Amino acid sequence: MATIRVTAGGDAALETRDVSVFYGSSEAIKQVSFEIPRNKVVALIGPSGCGKSTLLRCFNRMNDLVPSARVTGEVLFQGEDLYADHVDPVEVRRRIGMVFQKPNPFPKSIYDNVAFGPKINGIDGDIDDVVEQSLQRAALWDEVKDRLGDSALELSGGQQQRLCIARALAVTPEILLMDEPASALDPIATAKIEELIHQLVVHYTIVIVTHNMQQAARVSDYTAYLYLGELIEYDDTNVIFTAPTEKHTEDYVTGRFG
Amino acid sequence: MARAQAAAQHQLSTQSDLVRRHRVGQIFEFVFLGAAVVGVAVLAVLLVDIVIDGAGWLSRTFFTRPPSRIPTRAGILPALAGTVWLMSLVALISFPLGVAAAVYLEEYARKGWLQTIIQTNIANLAGVPSIVYGILGLAVFVRWMGGLTGGRSLLSGALTISLLILPVLIIAAQEAIRAVPSSIREASYGLGATKWQTVRHHVLPNALPGILTGTILALSRAIGETAPLIMIGALTFIAFTPEGPRDAFTVLPIQIFNWVSRPQDDFRHLAAAAIIVLLVLLLSMNALAIWLRNRYQKEW
Repeated sequence: MATIRVTAGGDAALETRDVSVFYGSSEAIKQVSFEIPRNKVVALIGPSGCGKSTLLRCFNRMNDLVPSARVTGEVLFQGEDLYADHVDPVEVRRRIGMVFQKPNPFPKSIYDNVAFGPKINGIDGDIDDVVEQSLQRAALWDEVKDRLGDSALELSGGQQQRLCIARALAVTPEILLMDEPASALDPIATAKIEELIHQLVVHYTIVIVTHNMQQAARVSDYTAYLYLGELIEYDDTNVIFTAPTEKHTEDYVTGRFG
Repeated sequence: MARAQAAAQHQLSTQSDLVRRHRVGQIFEFVFLGAAVVGVAVLAVLLVDIVIDGAGWLSRTFFTRPPSRIPTRAGILPALAGTVWLMSLVALISFPLGVAAAVYLEEYARKGWLQTIIQTNIANLAGVPSIVYGILGLAVFVRWMGGLTGGRSLLSGALTISLLILPVLIIAAQEAIRAVPSSIREASYGLGATKWQTVRHHVLPNALPGILTGTILALSRAIGETAPLIMIGALTFIAFTPEGPRDAFTVLPIQIFNWVSRPQDDFRHLAAAAIIVLLVLLLSMNALAIWLRNRYQKEW
């Protein structure tokens, strides 16, 4: 299957070639080939169980942690296949960060949450500076700067999620994967996360899985529509939501099913 | 209209058959209450009886003297020291082993036949009668490894008891490790942490209260163990406190066993006094376990 390209330049942050994911014998992702342009927001949408989270977890080899999962095909990151023999998944996960559906701060202080990544990765420089920078980029610094020693669990859900983003940024990734980052949050906290995504895309490439089509339309530059593990359509977000080529995509984005 | 309503109300009042059914329900409630009370009542009677029997014998010299043929001069010092020594050694041996085994089984082992075999056998071992461990301890630690352990020594006893509580400890530690949410592991891996870094910084610290609780409960089971220690030869008259792991020893339950088997009444009182000491030790360990559990209980 030919790789679906959305930009002419070919400056891809990630490119998948015939990626399939199997859980045991069932095929959760079927030969997906597309590319994710640098410094853009790409949304993965589709009905529940379509495989969007599974696809997202291919990009930082998180599927490795599921014993029954098997990935075939290639995921190219700066020209290198993430699934090549010499590639260390630990290094992949540092360079390609992830934010999860439910905020999952460590039950430690705010400071320690952000400092953990730099510490274990032996990043040079002043950890205090890294913590401050990361929290600022995640638009959380002003809210927590006076109580860095407090438990992260005392923060509100929205703040926790921004802390998780700050934590991911602290290990200087190039790509951020977000798995329904706002689905557990209220509308105001969601709006903050979406605004943050707009700010972050200047520095990072962002791939976001979302159930919420308005959210996909608001935050993303490109949208991929998946159905039953297949990539049905991938295009400019405006095109997907206003003039999709596939009837199936149109039915989904207009709410006729899903 | 009013009559129809009255009739309708009447239909909902207690019917004769329902009276019987309610009564059966009440009877069962009392049966269940009785069953629940039996255990507590027995414990209360036991405690009261023992306290009446032994409290008067709990003098300061009771704690500072060795056992004696003359009841008024007898004390529990060697047995108490032996129990403290033994428990400390058991904790030192079984805690790292048990936690390491649990970490392997939960975090490292691939699901497969090897893991299934290990897991099933740990569960089986937890049910093996303690005297069987005594026979094993006698053969392996006292006889075969006697040169190292010093034969019928504290070390042999501690190794034997460690084997005995290891399965319980491993299972408790596994449960504590499993209770750490996978979202925490994912967060750690997602930041580029290795498996060991994830285990070391997140899984173990968060599982530690549960592991400690399990360890203390396992130890409080071990503190009353008598059979395996008799087996390896701790049933001796010891008039001195052990100085090191290779010394001969005795423990509180054996001292109690020793005293109750004597004909004189006074020794029975001594035994009761020693039981009070043992129970206080045991209950304080359980209290510590509960305190630890409440203190570190986490909300996720």
